[in-house]
Amino acid sequence: MNAEIARATAADAALGGQFLTFILNGEEYGVDILRVQEIKGWERATEIPNTPDYICGVINLRGTIMPVLELRLRFGMEAIEHNATTVIIVLRIRNDEGRERTMGFVVDAVSDVYNIPAAEFQSTPDFGGQIRTDYVKGLAMIEEKMVILLDIDYLVSNDDAFGDAVTAAVDAVAEV
Amino acid sequence: MRQMVSFTLKGAGYDVIEAIDGQDALGKARTKQADVVLTDLNMPNMDGIQLIRELRKLPQYKFTPMLLLTTESAGDIKTEGKAAGATGWLVKPFNPDQLLATLKKVLD
Amino acid sequence: MSVDIRQFHQVYFEECFEGLEIMESGLLDLSIGAPDAESINTIFRAAHSIKGGGGTFGFRAITDFTHVMETLLDEMRAGTRQITRQAVEILLESVDRLRGLVVATRDDTSVQQADIDDTLACLQDLLQDNFFDASPRTSTPALNAPAATGWRVHFAPHPQLFMTGNDPARLLRELFALGPCTVVCDATRLPARAAFDPEICYLAWDIDLHAPISEAAVREVFEWVDDDADIVITPLGLLPASAETAPFLAPAPAVDDPRNSDRRQLDRRLGERKERAAGGGSSIRVDIEKVDALINMIGQLVITQSMLSELSVDFSPHKLKDLHDGLVLLERNTRDLQEGIMNIRMMAISFSFNRFPRLVRDLSTKLGKEVQLKLLGETTELDKTVLEKLGDPLTHLVRNALDHGLETPAERVASGKPACGTLTLNAFHEGGTIVVEISDDGTGLNRDLILAKARERGLLDAHGHPTEAQIYQCIFAPGFSTAAIVTEVSGRGVGMDVVRRNINELGGSVDVESVAGRGALFRIRLPLTLAILDGQLVRVGHHVYIISLVTIIESLQIRADCLTSVAGQTDIYRLRTEYLPIVRLHSLFAVDPDSDDILKGLLVVVEADGRKIALLVDELLGQQQVVVKSLQTNFRQVEGISGATILGNGTVAMILDMNGLVRLCREDSDHNPLVHATPKVA
Repeated sequence: MNAEIARATAADAALGGQFLTFILNGEEYGVDILRVQEIKGWERATEIPNTPDYICGVINLRGTIMPVLELRLRFGMEAIEHNATTVIIVLRIRNDEGRERTMGFVVDAVSDVYNIPAAEFQSTPDFGGQIRTDYVKGLAMIEEKMVILLDIDYLVSNDDAFGDAVTAAVDAVAEV
Repeated sequence: MRQMVSFTLKGAGYDVIEAIDGQDALGKARTKQADVVLTDLNMPNMDGIQLIRELRKLPQYKFTPMLLLTTESAGDIKTEGKAAGATGWLVKPFNPDQLLATLKKVLD
Repeated sequence: MSVDIRQFHQVYFEECFEGLEIMESGLLDLSIGAPDAESINTIFRAAHSIKGGGGTFGFRAITDFTHVMETLLDEMRAGTRQITRQAVEILLESVDRLRGLVVATRDDTSVQQADIDDTLACLQDLLQDNFFDASPRTSTPALNAPAATGWRVHFAPHPQLFMTGNDPARLLRELFALGPCTVVCDATRLPARAAFDPEICYLAWDIDLHAPISEAAVREVFEWVDDDADIVITPLGLLPASAETAPFLAPAPAVDDPRNSDRRQLDRRLGERKERAAGGGSSIRVDIEKVDALINMIGQLVITQSMLSELSVDFSPHKLKDLHDGLVLLERNTRDLQEGIMNIRMMAISFSFNRFPRLVRDLSTKLGKEVQLKLLGETTELDKTVLEKLGDPLTHLVRNALDHGLETPAERVASGKPACGTLTLNAFHEGGTIVVEISDDGTGLNRDLILAKARERGLLDAHGHPTEAQIYQCIFAPGFSTAAIVTEVSGRGVGMDVVRRNINELGGSVDVESVAGRGALFRIRLPLTLAILDGQLVRVGHHVYIISLVTIIESLQIRADCLTSVAGQTDIYRLRTEYLPIVRLHSLFAVDPDSDDILKGLLVVVEADGRKIALLVDELLGQQQVVVKSLQTNFRQVEGISGATILGNGTVAMILDMNGLVRLCREDSDHNPLVHATPKVA
């Protein structure tokens, strides 16, 4: 676990900074605000066949095709009806090779923007929380509330659903 | 070369009809009227001299200025070009400014 | 006006590479001893253009080197020099050196000067063997010495002056530009009005030009007409020797200046230029006519746009008709523009074919084989992206044919074939696709060996009776090789599986035909472009999918009496004499169809992977051109889906990939047999 924190720390020399927070199943989560491209209202996505259920599909973001994830389902939480506060947070995701992708994440509601100095970070305790601690960069206490700071890059990079299926596809040739 | 000439001329505000060789040029000349003809000497299918000779046969090109683009080594070509009806020539290599100056000369 | 010459560099370099390719292929085609005048001419012209351009831009190294080549070629062209094998070899080597020079000039790097000098020395040696020297450049005696206070010019054009398009008025104007003039017109030759012919020049002039300029400058004005007129130039009076030449009469510096300053600027802007050179790989040369057409279309679009915006100023319902017309026009403009833009991406396949003459020549020499290369359909156009990606698979197939397909001359003669083998590359359009065939008249594929290997590796059922096509497809399996020895030529890492993958990634397919002892043929089918596709929109439940029109053979209503089910698994549809497997899109994609009753659906018969399948859908919607967008940009490749597009209403629709669908079906039936409601077969 500490190795994970070390990795995250190494990646972001300055761990602190501004974070956009959002609500998911009553808990508050935060992402680095520099990665947020925009926040848009929920809209129906076009389903992509044979993908996990937490991938809603793709939407048209001003001419580019952007995949949208249901973050509740991704974290194994119960699905709820989308309502007026449901939004898609559009984030720029970067993997280890530096490849950038734009993806949307459906969350219950947007909460706030906080300045969180690195000093206020706490390492991830082995809490019996709702999500795997791998995806957690750290915790911070803000006004008596706990905010869980997510490592979205890691979440995406270590998900097979986003891997490249090219090689797998072509290996299945010769059998006619 | 053709592209450079064309680019220069267009940049200077001329309308340019391009042809890939003499044959092509002759075909285009039949349907479009040019104020001046610039032709390279060495071209596949029909060379510049032959092109000028053919163009001069067309009534609408009887008096049109036609310039041969040649290299300095081609002394005889000039005589031959004149005989075919070339107005003049431009010695390669030339730069865009020289080209425009020469054109201005014949088009004024 | 001054023109920035640097903007032409990139174009010049591209032209150089083209010229070099022309020279190379020309040289390779040149038959020793029996030269064809036009091919030598073509080679000469290419060299000549490179030299000429080099001169214009001040690339001395290129000009000097090409000049020597040109001299040699000129002698060949004039027939004063034998075309020997040795000369061709040296010229080929020179082409390589020149290419190096051009690259070095473009990237501003240095070349192996020693290599250049070596080749130059070879060329020079060759030249000196011949005593027909290039005609000595007759330098006209310099007449630049300023001498007179002015000149009297007698200018009497011959009657036919107009016939060369020259105009005396122009010449006079030019003379006036040199200094103050007094002109006397001699009209004595003018005939009576009845005899007057407007096509004849009757007038003559005497001009006194009062300016201290050189005689050469005056002569220059009349340079073009000195055979068409009597011109006498006499000095008006001598000036002191210290008089200076008028500045505008110095043509030499005028020529040189831009080049020198160009070179200086060049040094300064090194970084920028390197950047540009790096970007050069993705530039595209477009026929000017295509660009003109685009400009026209944009013009149309602007007109439509202004018409529409005018309409919106005070819009009222009775203008609806105008609005509708305007929108129709806008749609047409947009479509034209789209086609026009696609058109500029189209390039002739010769850009890809051109590398092969050299490759075949070099390889066949190395392998000790005699090979004649035939290129057909070189002008067939296809999208630049497709073209670029086609290069590697093609090269591999050609290498493969040379190495494994064609036999040595001895073997060929022994089997009653001509010693020289033939390798043919043929490209043509077929429907909306481009087909490229690589065929040879060699041994053909070894069917039995492939079958044995395939069975050994479990690619084919040990006891089944596979068709020829099925057997040959095995050679595309990863790691499949029947070659006893891995040679240097092929079998170097890139296998047939990569060929097939590259082609599949382009949305194409490759198949093989072979006749033992007679040769093999590889046929590649590719879409013309990757960016736009003519699509048929189909609906399954509330999902819309797009099927590329070129893959669709027909669409039909299902007749119950044509349905059969095999082993309770896959439904088979009998279409006339054929039996087609039915692929239920809704099961494959796990979506809800309108109805589970197959008879309520429609079948779209498509060709995929060289065979036909029938896709079951709920409804056929419209057909439209769609812009293909990649799913991979922000997501990943998805099996069975070749991309996505944005429909008119802004929503996204998936474009189906037929080859992928076939693979999906196979996996499905292998691992989790589909459970269909068995149709009632009448």
